[in-house]
Amino acid sequence: MDIIKAVSKKPFELGFLLFILIVLATLPLYAPEYAVVLLTSILMYIIITVSWTMFSGPTGYISLAPAAFFGIGVYTSALLALVLPLPVVIGIGGLAGFCLALLVGALTLRLRGIYFVMFTFGLVELLLHFILWWEVNISGTTGRVVPTVANATVYYILLIIFSLLMLTTYLLRNSKFGIALQSIGEFEEAAAHRGINVNVLKTIIFAISALFMGAAGAIMATRWTYIDPKIAFNPLISFMPVLMAIFGGIRYLYGPVIGAAFFAYVEEFLITRFPYHYMLIFGVIMLVAILYMPDGLVGLIQKLWKRTSGETDAVT
Amino acid sequence: MRLLEGQGVTKYFGGLAAVFEVDFHVDPGEVFGLIGPNGAGKTTLFNLISAALTPKSGAIKFKGKNITGLKPHQICRMGVARTFQTVKIFANMSVLDNVALGALFGASARLSSADAERQATALLEFVGLSTQKAAPAKDLTLANQKRLEVAGALATQPELLLLDEIMAGLNPAEVAQAMELVARIRDRGITIIMIEHVMKAIMSVCDRIMVLHHGQKIADGTPQEIANSKTVIKVYLGEKADAGS
Repeated sequence: MDIIKAVSKKPFELGFLLFILIVLATLPLYAPEYAVVLLTSILMYIIITVSWTMFSGPTGYISLAPAAFFGIGVYTSALLALVLPLPVVIGIGGLAGFCLALLVGALTLRLRGIYFVMFTFGLVELLLHFILWWEVNISGTTGRVVPTVANATVYYILLIIFSLLMLTTYLLRNSKFGIALQSIGEFEEAAAHRGINVNVLKTIIFAISALFMGAAGAIMATRWTYIDPKIAFNPLISFMPVLMAIFGGIRYLYGPVIGAAFFAYVEEFLITRFPYHYMLIFGVIMLVAILYMPDGLVGLIQKLWKRTSGETDAVT
Repeated sequence: MRLLEGQGVTKYFGGLAAVFEVDFHVDPGEVFGLIGPNGAGKTTLFNLISAALTPKSGAIKFKGKNITGLKPHQICRMGVARTFQTVKIFANMSVLDNVALGALFGASARLSSADAERQATALLEFVGLSTQKAAPAKDLTLANQKRLEVAGALATQPELLLLDEIMAGLNPAEVAQAMELVARIRDRGITIIMIEHVMKAIMSVCDRIMVLHHGQKIADGTPQEIANSKTVIKVYLGEKADAGS
């Protein structure tokens, strides 16, 4: 049923997506520099949120590890950006995220509920302090300089990562592995007894989601020029995707995209107007969202759409 | 060759022997009943066969191959499917996807999603749920959820199906339908082990029955032999004097 629906909607959806992609791709040619910089940070949040949702959305395993995977990408850049070409650095950043997630996933994806949440968050702190200790005691240098890259280049690389991520997410959702992930979220034990190798599937999807976070981290490092472990492993990066995905609508393909875009824009807006209270305002928005829009922004829009279009919806 | 064989299967929960030194065997094409009072170890034995639990000692063989120590998904792909005492369906997924999942992952042959969907549709027809294909599984009645679970298990193309109390909580009409369903599954050539408390059902549909009590096998044989067994009557009804007859 879902597949038939997706196919019949495809021509319109594809055209619309292509249009948005063209607008985004040509943007640096005519838009002001500020818009490009703003869109860069929006894209960064979208990538982290969509890749977080790829795993945590269907399975219900709430991972607070994004900061670890993003951070390992940032740190890869800090170590290698001076000696290797940029595309290679980004590739290694993604690979580092992938490998770390593979290891962590294999060890911890047997944990459920709060234990998994705690462990993933602990991982961020563990990496931060381990690298800090390493730098102080072994390498002897704390903080590194990353060569800056033109704003438009950063933007384009993020746009490419974003496009690949959306494609991956779309294909995954419509494949048998998408159904399998959902069944794990619904009833993991029963899923295993239907022939799904639950541990392997969880670990691989967890690692693929981390690949995109690592790649995004590697390119974003060039925006900050100076990197130390506290900048690389910022715990906020772990919480933001959870909030953004829930806000946008965790069950929908576009929910995390819209949630992240909205939040990233609001953050930019609030941080300039209310630098001291912006987190507070964030919190209030979040509370309202959870109380009144359990299916997120996209869920709310769909509900309103259905109400206004009435019976016509039943036909499609 | 035996389809399934257990030798000295033992499982402890703490100090309690939930299943103790149980030997059993199931032949191809049989309907094998598993009965016993609450806490006798019936579901534990199912969990051991389907690898939800690993036995402390003893061995379980499927088609002559030792399957102890394998993972649940491996057991499933070898051809042993199960249902659960408390229905475990994927509540927010459609009825069709619930069944298609088994065809996509549990069957030994690799199926395309179109083939899996076709098979799932046929199985929903078989259990009588074809009109509710698109509904989310949570919207079904308990009787239909149990049938959905059976269809999902059948989608993995099992040779052996373990049914854990599929008749519990059903009304008499639904029990009759479930009995008929079991017979039709057997007619497809699938061997069945069923745990059941509905005695009428188990006596009429099973070829052989094994009785567990406190984790130990106390009897096995044809329904007739079990119904006349003194030990079984004692376990179920107590001593003659206690039963007040």
